Amino acid sequence: MNINFTLIAQAIAFAVLIWFTVKFVWPPLLTAIETRQKEIADGLAAAQEGKSALEVAAKKSEATLNEAKLKASEIIGQAEKRGSQIVEEAKGNAKAEGERILAGAKAEIDQEVNRAKEGLRSQVSALAIAGAEKILRKEIDAKSHSEMLSKLAAEL
Amino acid sequence: MATEHATNTEHALTPSGYIEHHLSFNAHPVNDGVGFWTLHVDTFVMSVALGLIVMGLIWLVARRATSGVPSKGQAFVELIFSFVDDQVKNIFHGNRHSFIAPTALTVFLWVFAMNSMDFLPVDIVAKVVQFFGGEHAKWRAVPTSDINTTFALALSVWILMIFFSVKVKGLGGFVHELFCAPFGSKIWVWPANFLFNLIEYVSKPLSHSLRLFGNMYAGEVIFLLLGLWAATGVSGTIFGAILGAGWSIFHILIVALQAFIFMMLTVVYLAMAHESH
Repeated sequence: MNINFTLIAQAIAFAVLIWFTVKFVWPPLLTAIETRQKEIADGLAAAQEGKSALEVAAKKSEATLNEAKLKASEIIGQAEKRGSQIVEEAKGNAKAEGERILAGAKAEIDQEVNRAKEGLRSQVSALAIAGAEKILRKEIDAKSHSEMLSKLAAEL
Repeated sequence: MATEHATNTEHALTPSGYIEHHLSFNAHPVNDGVGFWTLHVDTFVMSVALGLIVMGLIWLVARRATSGVPSKGQAFVELIFSFVDDQVKNIFHGNRHSFIAPTALTVFLWVFAMNSMDFLPVDIVAKVVQFFGGEHAKWRAVPTSDINTTFALALSVWILMIFFSVKVKGLGGFVHELFCAPFGSKIWVWPANFLFNLIEYVSKPLSHSLRLFGNMYAGEVIFLLLGLWAATGVSGTIFGAILGAGWSIFHILIVALQAFIFMMLTVVYLAMAHESH
């Protein structure tokens, strides 16, 4: 056990080494490690965020899809309704047109019939008069009977 | 020192001479060279060189430390860093990065490196030294088996302890604690408190330094005894070599453990100085 000047020399060496470590060794290592820890934590947080964002997006896309499906079926239903409506309308129109044409045709037919009747009537009366003339020419004076004959023609 | 100078001339072929030779320092006088004024050149050169090598290597890595993917060297240094930092974190709850944690790292690595010199075979070291320094040159390679080194470290820590105690609690708080802890502030327990604290303040650096010194010194002496046995003949050489290898392997544990204990005590003492009672 001989305590001597070595003790002081060693204490100085120790102090210098501590100063060196405090000043030059510890800070860069600490900075590097803490920065890396922060980077890793940030990365993990970002990954978590991305995951939740993905979930939200998936939910949203599903909702949008469902909405689109609903809309599509609605549109299809509307179109079907409108189609049948158009068909019904067309049917109604066609029926009305047909009836109108039919009525027109009937009226024309009636007119033709009447005209024919008129024609026939006048022809029959002329024929009757002619026939009667031929018969009566020999025996009866046309003058005396024409009044009766025209009365007859009017009655026909 | 006078006795040491006298034994310097003793021949190294007797067993006591062999051990004497290996256990004496390469002492040089400073100033007038009387009493206290001697420097153990071997201890000083070895410890400073080891400190420079160890802290320099760490500094080389720390200088280019990246927060990205670390190189293998940086990963290794960060392993040590985290180990020390975790230990300090568990004991000290203030801002450890400004002083205590770097101090713990310095103590751990430096003491570890100095303890590791025990693995160098004493006689090969002696041969190398004799080649450069002559027949009677002495060289003790393990700085921590010099009580001056361990006392220097322990007393530095002790001074830091008192410095932090005064800095944290103020001079009044420090003196108050001397008289009022651990038994209380009643005036009739002041002497007991003071006696307790006195014993504590004396025993702390003593146990701190002597634990390390004792372990390393004993390790060295056992190596010397085994070396002595190896010189007795063929069987002695064989058994000496086997036991020497065994003791070396066991010594790896002691070297690391004592460095760790020394660091932990340093941290504990400095952390205790920050706490008020």
